[in-house]
Amino acid sequence: MDAFIAQYIDAYYLRIMIFIGINIIMALGLNLITGVTGQLSMGHAGFMSLGAYTAAIISLHYDAPFFLAILAGAAMAASFGFIIGIPTLRLDGDDLAMVTIGFAEIIRVFFLNFEPGGKAVGLSGIPQYTDFATVWLIVIVVIILNAKLLYSRVGRSLFAIRENEIAAQSCGINTTRMKILAFTVGSFLGGLGGGLYAHYMYYINPQDFGFMKSIEILNMVVLGGMGSIPGTVLGAVILTLAPEMLRIVAEYRLLFYGGMLVILMIFRPNGLLGDVRIYDLKKRWGKKR
Amino acid sequence: MIILEMDKISQEFGGLRALDNVSLKINEQEIFGIIGPNGAGKTTLFNIITGIYVPIEGDLLFKGQRINGTAPYDIARMGIARTFQNIRLFDKLSVLDNVRIGCHGVTHSGFWASVLGLPISRKEEVFILDRAEKLLQLIGLYEKRYEYANNLAYGEQRRLEIARALALEPSLVLLDEPGAGMNPQEKEELMKLIRQIRDDLHLTIVLVEHDMNLVMNICERIAVLNYGRKIADGTPAKVKNDPQVIQSYLGAGA
Ligand SMILES: Nc1ncnc2c1ncn2[C@@H]1O[C@H](COP(=O)(O)OP(=O)(O)OP(=O)(O)O)[C@@H](O)[C@H]1O
Ligand SMILES: [Mg+2]
Repeated sequence: MDAFIAQYIDAYYLRIMIFIGINIIMALGLNLITGVTGQLSMGHAGFMSLGAYTAAIISLHYDAPFFLAILAGAAMAASFGFIIGIPTLRLDGDDLAMVTIGFAEIIRVFFLNFEPGGKAVGLSGIPQYTDFATVWLIVIVVIILNAKLLYSRVGRSLFAIRENEIAAQSCGINTTRMKILAFTVGSFLGGLGGGLYAHYMYYINPQDFGFMKSIEILNMVVLGGMGSIPGTVLGAVILTLAPEMLRIVAEYRLLFYGGMLVILMIFRPNGLLGDVRIYDLKKRWGKKR
Repeated sequence: MIILEMDKISQEFGGLRALDNVSLKINEQEIFGIIGPNGAGKTTLFNIITGIYVPIEGDLLFKGQRINGTAPYDIARMGIARTFQNIRLFDKLSVLDNVRIGCHGVTHSGFWASVLGLPISRKEEVFILDRAEKLLQLIGLYEKRYEYANNLAYGEQRRLEIARALALEPSLVLLDEPGAGMNPQEKEELMKLIRQIRDDLHLTIVLVEHDMNLVMNICERIAVLNYGRKIADGTPAKVKNDPQVIQSYLGAGA
Protein backbone atom coordinates (compact mmCIF):
# COMPACT_ATOMS: atom_id res chain seq x y z
CA MET A 1 0.00 0.00 0.00
CA ASP A 2 2.64 2.49 1.07
CA ALA A 3 4.81 1.63 -1.88
CA PHE A 4 1.86 2.57 -4.04
CA ILE A 5 1.28 5.82 -2.18
CA ALA A 6 4.99 6.59 -2.28
CA GLN A 7 4.80 6.83 -6.06
CA TYR A 8 2.67 9.89 -5.69
CA ILE A 9 3.72 11.46 -2.43
CA ASP A 10 7.16 12.60 -1.54
CA ALA A 11 8.71 10.57 1.29
CA TYR A 12 9.06 13.71 3.38
CA TYR A 13 5.35 14.48 3.19
CA LEU A 14 4.48 10.88 3.83
CA ARG A 15 6.48 11.10 7.01
CA ILE A 16 4.67 14.25 8.09
CA MET A 17 1.32 12.68 7.29
CA ILE A 18 2.20 9.75 9.52
CA PHE A 19 3.11 12.08 12.37
CA ILE A 20 -0.11 13.98 11.87
CA GLY A 21 -2.07 10.74 12.09
CA ILE A 22 -0.31 9.62 15.25
CA ASN A 23 -0.85 13.01 16.83
CA ILE A 24 -4.53 12.98 15.92
CA ILE A 25 -4.96 9.63 17.68
CA MET A 26 -3.22 10.82 20.83
CA ALA A 27 -4.89 14.23 20.83
CA LEU A 28 -8.32 12.64 20.47
CA GLY A 29 -7.50 10.62 23.57
CA LEU A 30 -6.58 13.71 25.52
CA ASN A 31 -9.59 15.51 24.11
CA LEU A 32 -11.76 12.90 25.75
CA ILE A 33 -10.16 13.55 29.14
CA THR A 34 -9.61 17.30 29.01
CA GLY A 35 -11.77 18.64 26.21
CA VAL A 36 -14.88 16.59 26.77
CA THR A 37 -14.81 15.63 30.42
CA GLY A 38 -13.02 18.79 31.52
CA GLN A 39 -10.28 17.08 33.55
CA LEU A 40 -7.06 18.98 32.92
CA SER A 41 -4.40 16.36 32.24
CA MET A 42 -0.88 17.57 31.55
CA GLY A 43 0.79 14.20 31.45
CA HIS A 44 -0.43 12.62 28.27
CA ALA A 45 3.13 11.88 27.14
CA GLY A 46 3.37 9.53 30.11
CA PHE A 47 0.69 7.33 28.58
CA MET A 48 2.33 7.68 25.21
CA SER A 49 5.63 6.39 26.58
CA LEU A 50 3.94 3.45 28.32
CA GLY A 51 2.42 2.47 24.99
CA ALA A 52 5.65 3.05 23.11
CA TYR A 53 7.88 1.03 25.41
CA THR A 54 5.43 -1.79 25.96
CA ALA A 55 4.79 -2.23 22.26
CA ALA A 56 8.47 -1.90 21.36
CA ILE A 57 9.64 -4.41 23.94
CA ILE A 58 7.01 -6.90 22.86
CA SER A 59 8.02 -6.52 19.22
CA LEU A 60 11.72 -6.77 19.98
CA HIS A 61 11.67 -9.63 22.44
CA TYR A 62 8.64 -11.68 21.55
CA ASP A 63 8.36 -11.13 17.86
CA ALA A 64 4.62 -10.67 18.27
CA PRO A 65 2.38 -9.51 15.42
CA PHE A 66 2.34 -5.75 15.07
CA PHE A 67 -1.29 -5.22 15.97
CA LEU A 68 -0.87 -7.29 19.13
CA ALA A 69 2.15 -5.27 20.17
CA ILE A 70 0.44 -1.90 19.78
CA LEU A 71 -2.74 -3.20 21.39
CA ALA A 72 -0.71 -4.39 24.36
CA GLY A 73 0.92 -0.97 24.57
CA ALA A 74 -2.44 0.75 24.49
CA ALA A 75 -3.80 -1.66 27.09
CA MET A 76 -0.82 -0.98 29.35
CA ALA A 77 -1.41 2.77 29.06
CA ALA A 78 -5.13 2.25 29.67
CA SER A 79 -4.49 0.29 32.87
CA PHE A 80 -2.33 3.10 34.14
CA GLY A 81 -4.98 5.60 33.09
CA PHE A 82 -7.48 3.60 35.10
CA ILE A 83 -5.22 3.50 38.16
CA ILE A 84 -4.26 7.17 37.89
CA GLY A 85 -7.91 7.99 37.33
CA ILE A 86 -8.97 6.73 40.73
CA PRO A 87 -7.02 9.01 43.09
CA THR A 88 -7.14 11.98 40.78
CA LEU A 89 -10.89 12.02 40.79
CA ARG A 90 -11.06 13.86 44.04
CA LEU A 91 -8.93 16.58 42.56
CA ASP A 92 -9.77 19.15 40.00
CA GLY A 93 -8.21 22.02 38.13
CA ASP A 94 -4.68 22.85 39.14
CA ASP A 95 -4.32 19.96 41.56
CA LEU A 96 -5.16 17.44 38.90
CA ALA A 97 -2.77 19.15 36.50
CA MET A 98 0.03 18.85 39.06
CA VAL A 99 -0.67 15.18 39.73
CA THR A 100 -0.72 14.32 36.04
CA ILE A 101 2.54 16.20 35.46
CA GLY A 102 4.03 14.29 38.37
CA PHE A 103 2.78 11.00 37.02
CA ALA A 104 4.31 11.56 33.59
CA GLU A 105 7.56 12.60 35.22
CA ILE A 106 7.64 9.44 37.34
CA ILE A 107 7.07 7.33 34.26
CA ARG A 108 9.88 9.15 32.46
CA VAL A 109 12.29 8.65 35.34
CA PHE A 110 11.22 5.03 35.55
CA PHE A 111 12.17 4.44 31.92
CA LEU A 112 15.44 6.29 32.46
CA ASN A 113 16.30 3.49 34.86
CA PHE A 114 14.52 0.62 33.21
CA GLU A 115 17.03 -1.99 32.09
CA PRO A 116 14.88 -3.74 29.44
CA GLY A 117 14.11 -0.32 28.00
CA GLY A 118 17.78 0.53 27.56
CA LYS A 119 17.75 3.13 30.34
CA ALA A 120 18.78 6.61 29.20
CA VAL A 121 20.09 5.28 25.91
CA GLY A 122 16.64 4.06 24.96
CA LEU A 123 15.56 1.28 22.67
CA SER A 124 16.72 0.94 19.12
CA GLY A 125 16.16 -1.44 16.26
CA ILE A 126 12.41 -1.40 16.68
CA PRO A 127 10.93 -2.81 13.47
CA GLN A 128 9.31 -0.14 11.36
CA TYR A 129 5.86 -1.65 11.06
CA THR A 130 3.99 1.62 11.19
CA ASP A 131 3.08 2.89 7.77
CA PHE A 132 0.82 5.50 6.26
CA ALA A 133 -2.07 3.13 5.53
CA THR A 134 -2.11 1.59 9.00
CA VAL A 135 -1.94 4.92 10.77
CA TRP A 136 -4.71 6.49 8.76
CA LEU A 137 -6.90 3.44 8.94
CA ILE A 138 -6.60 3.64 12.71
CA VAL A 139 -7.25 7.39 12.60
CA ILE A 140 -10.48 6.82 10.72
CA VAL A 141 -11.63 4.07 13.05
CA VAL A 142 -10.76 6.17 16.11
CA ILE A 143 -12.63 9.18 14.74
CA ILE A 144 -15.72 7.12 13.97
CA LEU A 145 -15.79 5.37 17.34
CA ASN A 146 -15.05 8.64 19.10
CA ALA A 147 -17.93 10.35 17.33
CA LYS A 148 -20.24 7.47 18.19
CA LEU A 149 -19.21 7.75 21.80
CA LEU A 150 -19.64 11.52 22.03
CA TYR A 151 -23.14 11.49 20.59
CA SER A 152 -24.34 8.76 22.87
CA ARG A 153 -25.70 8.63 26.39
CA VAL A 154 -22.20 8.02 27.76
CA GLY A 155 -20.62 10.83 25.74
CA ARG A 156 -23.24 13.33 26.80
CA SER A 157 -22.66 12.41 30.41
CA LEU A 158 -18.95 13.19 29.95
CA PHE A 159 -19.82 16.63 28.58
CA ALA A 160 -22.20 17.08 31.49
CA ILE A 161 -19.35 16.51 33.95
CA ARG A 162 -17.30 19.20 32.24
CA GLU A 163 -20.19 21.62 32.29
CA ASN A 164 -21.43 21.10 35.83
CA GLU A 165 -20.51 18.21 38.01
CA ILE A 166 -23.18 18.70 40.64
CA ALA A 167 -25.92 19.01 38.05
CA ALA A 168 -24.54 15.93 36.32
CA GLN A 169 -24.92 13.95 39.54
CA SER A 170 -28.43 15.25 39.98
CA CYS A 171 -29.21 13.65 36.61
CA GLY A 172 -28.11 10.27 37.92
CA ILE A 173 -24.62 10.32 36.43
CA ASN A 174 -22.02 8.44 38.44
CA THR A 175 -19.37 11.07 37.84
CA THR A 176 -16.59 9.05 39.44
CA ARG A 177 -17.13 6.13 37.12
CA MET A 178 -17.42 8.33 34.08
CA LYS A 179 -14.20 10.18 34.85
CA ILE A 180 -12.34 6.91 35.26
CA LEU A 181 -13.81 5.80 31.96
CA ALA A 182 -12.61 8.97 30.25
CA PHE A 183 -9.12 8.54 31.72
CA THR A 184 -8.97 4.89 30.70
CA VAL A 185 -10.10 5.39 27.13
CA GLY A 186 -8.08 8.59 26.75
CA SER A 187 -4.88 6.90 27.92
CA PHE A 188 -5.60 3.92 25.71
CA LEU A 189 -5.44 6.25 22.72
CA GLY A 190 -2.32 7.90 24.11
CA GLY A 191 -0.69 4.48 24.39
CA LEU A 192 -1.88 3.49 20.94
CA GLY A 193 -0.22 6.57 19.48
CA GLY A 194 2.92 5.77 21.45
CA GLY A 195 3.07 2.24 20.04
CA LEU A 196 2.69 3.53 16.48
CA TYR A 197 5.32 6.17 17.13
CA ALA A 198 7.82 3.61 18.43
CA HIS A 199 7.31 1.42 15.38
CA TYR A 200 7.91 4.30 13.06
CA MET A 201 10.98 5.80 14.68
CA TYR A 202 13.22 2.68 14.99
CA TYR A 203 14.45 4.32 18.13
CA ILE A 204 12.88 5.74 21.28
CA ASN A 205 14.27 7.13 24.47
CA PRO A 206 12.69 8.65 27.60
CA GLN A 207 13.36 12.21 26.47
CA ASP A 208 10.89 11.76 23.62
CA PHE A 209 8.10 11.72 26.16
CA GLY A 210 8.88 14.65 28.43
CA PHE A 211 6.75 17.48 29.70
CA MET A 212 7.06 19.38 26.42
CA LYS A 213 5.46 16.48 24.58
CA SER A 214 2.52 16.52 26.98
CA ILE A 215 2.10 20.25 26.45
CA GLU A 216 2.34 19.82 22.70
CA ILE A 217 -0.56 17.34 22.72
CA LEU A 218 -2.53 19.50 25.12
CA ASN A 219 -2.01 22.46 22.79
CA MET A 220 -3.56 20.53 19.93
CA VAL A 221 -6.72 20.05 21.93
CA VAL A 222 -6.80 23.62 23.19
CA LEU A 223 -5.98 25.18 19.84
CA GLY A 224 -8.53 23.20 17.91
CA GLY A 225 -11.31 23.45 20.41
CA MET A 226 -11.95 21.60 23.63
CA GLY A 227 -14.39 18.77 23.18
CA SER A 228 -14.58 19.05 19.42
CA ILE A 229 -13.42 16.18 17.22
CA PRO A 230 -12.93 18.33 14.08
CA GLY A 231 -11.23 20.92 16.27
CA THR A 232 -8.81 18.43 17.77
CA VAL A 233 -7.98 17.04 14.34
CA LEU A 234 -7.34 20.56 13.05
CA GLY A 235 -5.19 21.35 16.09
CA ALA A 236 -3.13 18.22 15.54
CA VAL A 237 -2.65 19.08 11.87
CA ILE A 238 -1.60 22.67 12.52
CA LEU A 239 0.74 21.89 15.37
CA THR A 240 2.39 19.02 13.54
CA LEU A 241 2.89 21.09 10.41
CA ALA A 242 3.97 24.33 12.03
CA PRO A 243 7.42 23.24 13.26
CA GLU A 244 8.07 21.55 9.90
CA MET A 245 7.04 24.49 7.77
CA LEU A 246 8.62 27.21 9.83
CA ARG A 247 12.13 26.61 11.03
CA ILE A 248 11.76 29.58 13.30
CA VAL A 249 8.88 27.84 15.02
CA ALA A 250 10.97 24.78 15.68
CA GLU A 251 13.69 26.84 17.28
CA TYR A 252 11.40 28.96 19.39
CA ARG A 253 8.87 26.30 20.13
CA LEU A 254 8.10 27.46 23.68
CA LEU A 255 7.72 31.04 22.59
CA PHE A 256 5.54 30.00 19.69
CA TYR A 257 3.22 27.90 21.80
CA GLY A 258 2.98 30.49 24.53
CA GLY A 259 2.29 33.31 22.09
CA MET A 260 -0.19 31.22 20.19
CA LEU A 261 -2.13 30.39 23.32
CA VAL A 262 -2.25 34.02 24.40
CA ILE A 263 -3.56 35.12 21.01
CA LEU A 264 -6.04 32.27 21.05
CA MET A 265 -7.32 33.15 24.51
CA ILE A 266 -7.95 36.68 23.32
CA PHE A 267 -9.69 35.96 20.04
CA ARG A 268 -11.11 32.48 20.34
CA PRO A 269 -11.18 31.41 23.98
CA ASN A 270 -12.93 28.17 23.04
CA GLY A 271 -10.39 27.17 20.42
CA LEU A 272 -10.52 27.50 16.66
CA LEU A 273 -13.45 25.14 16.30
CA GLY A 274 -14.54 25.31 19.92
CA ASP A 275 -17.65 23.24 20.44
CA VAL A 276 -18.11 22.58 16.78
CA ARG A 277 -19.46 19.10 16.60
CA ILE A 278 -19.71 16.93 13.51
CA TYR A 279 -23.25 16.20 14.50
CA ASP A 280 -24.24 19.88 14.77
CA LEU A 281 -22.67 20.64 11.43
CA LYS A 282 -24.68 17.86 9.88
CA LYS A 283 -27.82 19.17 11.47
CA ARG A 284 -27.23 22.79 10.49
CA TRP A 285 -26.42 21.84 6.98
CA GLY A 286 -29.50 19.66 6.87
CA LYS A 287 -31.68 22.47 8.15
CA LYS A 288 -30.47 25.01 5.63
CA ARG A 289 -31.38 22.83 2.70
CA MET B 1 -48.96 7.91 51.87
CA ILE B 2 -45.77 9.59 52.97
CA ILE B 3 -43.16 9.77 50.25
CA LEU B 4 -40.42 11.58 52.12
CA GLU B 5 -39.79 11.74 55.82
CA MET B 6 -37.16 13.77 57.59
CA ASP B 7 -36.60 12.81 61.17
CA LYS B 8 -34.71 15.26 63.39
CA ILE B 9 -32.25 16.28 60.72
CA SER B 10 -29.37 18.53 61.76
CA GLN B 11 -26.51 19.93 59.75
CA GLU B 12 -23.56 22.10 60.70
CA PHE B 13 -21.06 24.12 58.71
CA GLY B 14 -18.01 24.92 60.82
CA GLY B 15 -20.01 25.47 63.99
CA LEU B 16 -22.89 27.18 62.22
CA ARG B 17 -26.05 25.17 62.76
CA ALA B 18 -27.66 25.40 59.34
CA LEU B 19 -30.36 22.90 60.24
CA ASP B 20 -31.44 22.10 63.74
CA ASN B 21 -33.63 19.09 64.45
CA VAL B 22 -35.86 19.50 61.47
CA SER B 23 -38.63 16.93 61.04
CA LEU B 24 -40.95 16.94 58.07
CA LYS B 25 -43.30 14.59 56.35
CA ILE B 26 -44.19 15.08 52.70
CA ASN B 27 -47.24 13.32 51.32
CA GLU B 28 -47.39 11.68 47.95
CA GLN B 29 -48.57 13.97 45.16
CA GLU B 30 -48.77 17.12 47.22
CA ILE B 31 -47.25 20.47 46.44
CA PHE B 32 -45.29 21.38 49.52
CA GLY B 33 -43.70 24.77 50.13
CA ILE B 34 -40.68 25.62 52.23
CA ILE B 35 -40.27 29.26 53.16
CA GLY B 36 -38.08 31.26 55.47
CA PRO B 37 -35.70 34.21 55.49
CA ASN B 38 -32.32 34.19 53.73
CA GLY B 39 -29.93 31.75 55.31
CA ALA B 40 -32.71 29.83 57.04
CA GLY B 41 -31.44 26.52 55.71
CA LYS B 42 -33.87 25.86 52.87
CA THR B 43 -31.28 25.08 50.23
CA THR B 44 -29.29 23.08 52.76
CA LEU B 45 -32.37 20.95 53.30
CA PHE B 46 -32.54 20.24 49.56
CA ASN B 47 -28.83 19.46 49.49
CA ILE B 48 -29.35 16.93 52.24
CA ILE B 49 -32.32 15.29 50.58
CA THR B 50 -30.36 14.95 47.34
CA GLY B 51 -27.28 13.54 49.01
CA ILE B 52 -24.91 16.44 48.44
CA TYR B 53 -24.45 16.60 52.19
CA VAL B 54 -24.83 13.79 54.67
CA PRO B 55 -26.65 15.15 57.73
CA ILE B 56 -24.71 14.99 60.97
CA GLU B 57 -27.85 13.84 62.80
CA GLY B 58 -31.20 12.43 61.90
CA ASP B 59 -32.74 10.12 59.38
CA LEU B 60 -33.97 10.61 55.88
CA LEU B 61 -36.54 8.18 54.55
CA PHE B 62 -37.64 8.06 50.94
CA LYS B 63 -40.56 5.70 50.34
CA GLY B 64 -39.71 4.10 53.64
CA GLN B 65 -36.07 3.50 52.76
CA ARG B 66 -33.29 5.20 54.66
CA ILE B 67 -31.23 7.26 52.23
CA ASN B 68 -28.74 9.26 54.27
CA GLY B 69 -25.28 8.59 52.98
CA THR B 70 -26.54 7.51 49.58
CA ALA B 71 -24.61 9.10 46.71
CA PRO B 72 -26.37 11.95 44.87
CA TYR B 73 -26.53 10.03 41.59
CA ASP B 74 -28.09 7.02 43.29
CA ILE B 75 -30.65 9.24 44.97
CA ALA B 76 -31.44 10.72 41.59
CA ARG B 77 -31.91 7.24 40.15
CA MET B 78 -34.28 6.41 43.01
CA GLY B 79 -36.51 9.15 41.70
CA ILE B 80 -35.63 12.41 43.41
CA ALA B 81 -34.95 15.19 40.93
CA ARG B 82 -34.17 18.83 41.60
CA THR B 83 -33.46 22.26 40.26
CA PHE B 84 -30.91 24.68 41.66
CA GLN B 85 -31.28 28.13 43.17
CA ASN B 86 -28.19 29.31 41.32
CA ILE B 87 -29.08 27.77 37.97
CA ARG B 88 -26.84 24.86 37.07
CA LEU B 89 -27.40 24.09 33.44
CA PHE B 90 -24.94 22.53 31.03
CA ASP B 91 -24.27 25.95 29.55
CA LYS B 92 -22.28 25.02 26.48
CA LEU B 93 -24.62 22.25 25.43
CA SER B 94 -27.84 22.56 23.51
CA VAL B 95 -31.18 22.89 25.22
CA LEU B 96 -32.05 19.49 23.80
CA ASP B 97 -28.88 17.90 25.13
CA ASN B 98 -29.57 19.31 28.57
CA VAL B 99 -32.83 17.43 28.71
CA ARG B 100 -31.34 14.35 27.08
CA ILE B 101 -28.72 14.25 29.82
CA GLY B 102 -31.59 14.42 32.27
CA CYS B 103 -32.67 11.02 30.92
CA HIS B 104 -29.38 9.48 32.02
CA GLY B 105 -30.78 8.01 35.21
CA VAL B 106 -33.55 6.12 33.43
CA THR B 107 -31.43 4.64 30.64
CA HIS B 108 -28.69 2.05 30.69
CA SER B 109 -26.54 1.74 27.60
CA GLY B 110 -22.89 1.73 28.56
CA PHE B 111 -19.59 2.39 26.88
CA TRP B 112 -19.49 -0.53 24.46
CA ALA B 113 -23.12 -0.24 23.49
CA SER B 114 -22.50 3.42 22.71
CA VAL B 115 -19.22 3.07 20.86
CA LEU B 116 -20.36 0.12 18.79
CA GLY B 117 -23.83 1.52 18.25
CA LEU B 118 -25.47 -1.66 19.55
CA PRO B 119 -29.25 -2.00 19.20
CA ILE B 120 -29.86 -1.27 22.89
CA SER B 121 -28.07 2.05 22.51
CA ARG B 122 -29.90 2.95 19.32
CA LYS B 123 -33.25 2.03 20.82
CA GLU B 124 -32.52 4.11 23.88
CA GLU B 125 -31.44 7.07 21.79
CA VAL B 126 -34.83 7.05 20.11
CA PHE B 127 -36.52 6.89 23.49
CA ILE B 128 -34.33 9.66 24.90
CA LEU B 129 -34.88 11.99 21.97
CA ASP B 130 -38.60 11.41 22.03
CA ARG B 131 -38.82 11.99 25.75
CA ALA B 132 -36.68 15.11 25.62
CA GLU B 133 -38.69 16.62 22.79
CA LYS B 134 -41.96 15.97 24.57
CA LEU B 135 -40.69 17.62 27.72
CA LEU B 136 -39.45 20.61 25.76
CA GLN B 137 -42.87 20.94 24.21
CA LEU B 138 -44.41 20.74 27.66
CA ILE B 139 -42.32 23.61 29.01
CA GLY B 140 -42.45 25.57 25.77
CA LEU B 141 -38.81 25.46 24.75
CA TYR B 142 -39.09 23.11 21.82
CA GLU B 143 -38.42 25.86 19.28
CA LYS B 144 -35.17 26.68 21.05
CA ARG B 145 -33.92 23.12 21.30
CA TYR B 146 -30.74 23.74 19.31
CA GLU B 147 -29.70 26.86 21.21
CA TYR B 148 -26.98 26.78 23.81
CA ALA B 149 -28.53 26.64 27.25
CA ASN B 150 -26.75 29.80 28.35
CA ASN B 151 -28.25 31.76 25.47
CA LEU B 152 -31.70 31.40 26.98
CA ALA B 153 -33.36 34.14 28.96
CA TYR B 154 -33.29 33.75 32.71
CA GLY B 155 -36.84 32.55 33.06
CA GLU B 156 -36.34 30.08 30.24
CA GLN B 157 -33.28 28.70 31.95
CA ARG B 158 -35.31 28.05 35.07
CA ARG B 159 -37.91 26.22 33.04
CA LEU B 160 -35.24 24.22 31.26
CA GLU B 161 -33.98 23.07 34.64
CA ILE B 162 -37.47 21.82 35.40
CA ALA B 163 -37.60 19.92 32.11
CA ARG B 164 -34.24 18.36 32.81
CA ALA B 165 -35.40 17.32 36.25
CA LEU B 166 -38.57 15.77 34.83
CA ALA B 167 -36.54 13.77 32.32
CA LEU B 168 -35.45 11.60 35.22
CA GLU B 169 -39.02 10.30 35.58
CA PRO B 170 -38.91 11.30 39.24
CA SER B 171 -41.56 10.71 41.81
CA LEU B 172 -40.34 13.65 43.89
CA VAL B 173 -39.18 16.98 42.46
CA LEU B 174 -37.44 19.65 44.51
CA LEU B 175 -37.61 23.15 43.05
CA ASP B 176 -35.28 25.71 44.63
CA GLU B 177 -36.75 29.16 43.99
CA PRO B 178 -38.18 28.30 40.57
CA GLY B 179 -39.71 31.75 40.20
CA ALA B 180 -36.63 33.78 41.09
CA GLY B 181 -35.94 36.45 38.49
CA MET B 182 -39.19 35.88 36.64
CA ASN B 183 -41.67 38.62 35.84
CA PRO B 184 -45.26 38.36 37.11
CA GLN B 185 -46.55 36.90 33.89
CA GLU B 186 -43.82 34.26 33.79
CA LYS B 187 -44.60 33.44 37.40
CA GLU B 188 -48.23 32.99 36.55
CA GLU B 189 -47.28 30.52 33.83
CA LEU B 190 -44.86 28.79 36.17
CA MET B 191 -47.62 28.21 38.70
CA LYS B 192 -49.79 26.70 36.01
CA LEU B 193 -46.91 24.53 34.87
CA ILE B 194 -46.16 23.27 38.37
CA ARG B 195 -49.79 22.34 38.93
CA GLN B 196 -49.99 20.74 35.54
CA ILE B 197 -46.95 18.54 35.99
CA ARG B 198 -48.16 17.44 39.40
CA ASP B 199 -51.60 16.55 38.03
CA ASP B 200 -50.48 14.98 34.77
CA LEU B 201 -47.37 13.20 35.95
CA HIS B 202 -48.62 12.41 39.46
CA LEU B 203 -45.53 13.85 41.08
CA THR B 204 -44.79 15.15 44.50
CA ILE B 205 -43.35 18.65 44.43
CA VAL B 206 -41.43 20.44 47.14
CA LEU B 207 -40.56 24.02 46.40
CA VAL B 208 -38.63 26.79 48.08
CA GLU B 209 -39.87 30.23 47.17
CA HIS B 210 -39.69 33.77 48.45
CA ASP B 211 -42.72 34.95 46.52
CA MET B 212 -45.53 34.59 49.07
CA ASN B 213 -48.22 34.99 46.46
CA LEU B 214 -46.83 32.04 44.50
CA VAL B 215 -46.33 29.88 47.58
CA MET B 216 -49.70 30.55 49.18
CA ASN B 217 -51.40 30.01 45.84
CA ILE B 218 -50.13 26.63 44.82
CA CYS B 219 -48.85 24.91 47.94
CA GLU B 220 -51.16 22.64 49.83
CA ARG B 221 -48.92 22.62 52.85
CA ILE B 222 -46.03 24.78 53.92
CA ALA B 223 -43.16 24.55 56.38
CA VAL B 224 -41.40 27.63 57.71
CA LEU B 225 -37.71 27.58 58.56
CA ASN B 226 -35.92 30.19 60.59
CA TYR B 227 -32.25 29.94 61.60
CA GLY B 228 -32.29 26.26 60.77
CA ARG B 229 -35.34 25.49 62.87
CA LYS B 230 -38.77 24.59 61.70
CA ILE B 231 -41.04 27.10 63.36
CA ALA B 232 -44.34 26.11 61.78
CA ASP B 233 -46.00 23.88 59.27
CA GLY B 234 -49.46 23.25 57.90
CA THR B 235 -51.88 24.70 55.39
CA PRO B 236 -51.16 28.15 53.93
CA ALA B 237 -54.02 29.63 55.95
CA LYS B 238 -52.69 28.22 59.19
CA VAL B 239 -49.11 29.24 58.53
CA LYS B 240 -50.10 32.74 57.43
CA ASN B 241 -51.72 33.38 60.76
CA ASP B 242 -49.08 31.80 62.95
CA PRO B 243 -47.84 34.51 65.32
CA GLN B 244 -44.26 33.23 65.31
CA VAL B 245 -44.18 33.18 61.52
CA ILE B 246 -45.57 36.69 61.28
CA GLN B 247 -43.03 37.95 63.75
CA SER B 248 -39.94 36.30 62.30
CA TYR B 249 -40.71 36.28 58.61
CA LEU B 250 -43.92 37.57 57.15
CA GLY B 251 -44.07 40.59 59.40
CA ALA B 252 -41.03 42.16 57.82
CA GLY B 253 -41.95 42.19 54.15
CA ALA B 254 -45.30 40.68 53.26
N1 LIG C 1 -21.37 24.61 52.02
C1 LIG C 1 -21.54 25.50 53.00
N2 LIG C 1 -20.50 25.87 53.76
C2 LIG C 1 -20.65 26.75 54.76
N3 LIG C 1 -21.80 27.32 55.09
C3 LIG C 1 -22.89 27.00 54.37
C4 LIG C 1 -22.82 26.08 53.29
N4 LIG C 1 -24.05 25.95 52.76
C5 LIG C 1 -24.85 26.75 53.47
N5 LIG C 1 -24.17 27.39 54.44
C6 LIG C 1 -24.73 28.30 55.43
O1 LIG C 1 -25.86 27.68 55.98
C7 LIG C 1 -26.88 28.62 56.18
C8 LIG C 1 -28.12 28.19 55.45
O2 LIG C 1 -27.88 28.35 54.07
P1 LIG C 1 -28.96 28.00 52.98
O3 LIG C 1 -28.32 28.21 51.67
O4 LIG C 1 -29.52 26.67 53.25
O5 LIG C 1 -30.07 29.11 53.21
P2 LIG C 1 -31.38 29.39 52.39
O6 LIG C 1 -32.50 29.25 53.34
O7 LIG C 1 -31.43 28.59 51.17
O8 LIG C 1 -31.19 30.91 52.04
P3 LIG C 1 -31.57 31.73 50.72
O9 LIG C 1 -33.00 32.13 50.86
O10 LIG C 1 -30.68 32.91 50.75
O11 LIG C 1 -31.33 30.85 49.56
C9 LIG C 1 -26.36 29.96 55.72
O12 LIG C 1 -25.88 30.66 56.84
C10 LIG C 1 -25.23 29.58 54.82
O13 LIG C 1 -24.23 30.57 54.81
MG1 LIG D 1 -31.39 28.92 49.21
